[in-house]
This record gives sequence, C-alpha cells and structure tokens, in this order.
Amino acid sequence: MIIFAQVAALVILVNMAAGLVRVLKGPTRTDRMLGAQLIGTGGVAVLILLSLVERKPAILDVALLLALLAAFAAVGFVSSLGRDAAAEPETGP
Amino acid sequence: MILDAAAAILILLGLFFFTAGTVGLLRFPDIHSRLHALTKADNLGLGLVVLGAAFHLREGWTIAKLVLVWGLALAAAGAVAQLIARAALDHGANGDDGARL
Repeated sequence: MIIFAQVAALVILVNMAAGLVRVLKGPTRTDRMLGAQLIGTGGVAVLILLSLVERKPAILDVALLLALLAAFAAVGFVSSLGRDAAAEPETGP
Repeated sequence: MILDAAAAILILLGLFFFTAGTVGLLRFPDIHSRLHALTKADNLGLGLVVLGAAFHLREGWTIAKLVLVWGLALAAAGAVAQLIARAALDHGANGDDGARL
C-alpha cells in the first residue's frame, strides 16, 4: 500500500508537470491561472497520498491550507483583472 | 485486507479521472472548456483519492479532516469556475466552448 501510494503520488506529480505546459503555452493570462489551479488541486492530492505514506495525519492540515490558498489565488487573479471583472450578474430576459 | 484493496481501486480510479482532467486542460480549444476539465474532472479525481485514503486510514477524526479538505476543494473549485468564466467572458473570450459546427 505504501509503494502504491508513492507511485500514485508520482503519477499526480507527472500530471502537474504536464499542467505546466498550459502555463507556458496558454495564450491568455486565464490559461496560466488554470495551470496554477491544477498545481493546487494536484498538490492537495499529493499531500493526501503522502500522509498515507508517512502515516502522519498532520500532513492533512497542510493539504487544507493549500486548498485555501489556491482559492485565494484565484480570487486575487480575478480581482486583478479590473474592478468590474466579475461584478455584474447577467442581464437579459 | 478487503478495505485496503478497495482503497487501492478507488485511488486508481481517482488517478484515472485526474489524468483525464489534465489531458482535457491541455487539449481543449477554449478557456471555458478547459475550465470544465479542470474544475470538474480534476476535483472528481481528488474526491476519489480522498475516498480511497479514508478507506485506508480508519480513524474518525482523520476521516473527518479528509472530508473537510475535499469539501473545501469542491466549494473553492465551484466558486472559482464561476468567477474565472465570467471574467474571461468579459475580457474577450467568446464563451462558446470552442464548438465548431
């Protein structure tokens, strides 16, 4: 089980590295932010698997913090796009 | 023993969905479709990994903490998807998911 969790963490790490391609290639800033969000979600998964390997439930606190910080980063990105970036609800019938 | 096998199968499924979400992030043509791949498929993979970890560590408070991490990741992904989609729409993406008829 420990080796399985380590191999699974390695697979998720490869996914995160592949997400960096989107950060490099992405034609807009939003694509780069999506790559960063992938690293956030993948990091949470890797930390959960590492807490299985090391048998330390305290690593789950770090995973919780990383999920929070990813949310903060996304909100910071949207609010850096300008004051009205996500402000108004859709108008229409 | 059976619970460990179930945990391994759930983590494998989680890895499959996670990889599918990453492939979608790399291969989809438009911002909005990439948002779907990222916030739905990757979080489903994370949820399955959390479920497999909960099957493996069988203590109460640890399972509660795992479910809390997953719940927070889901709520954050949902809110972030809406925010980024709206902001990208306002800034020039055309929001038709890249569909070509």
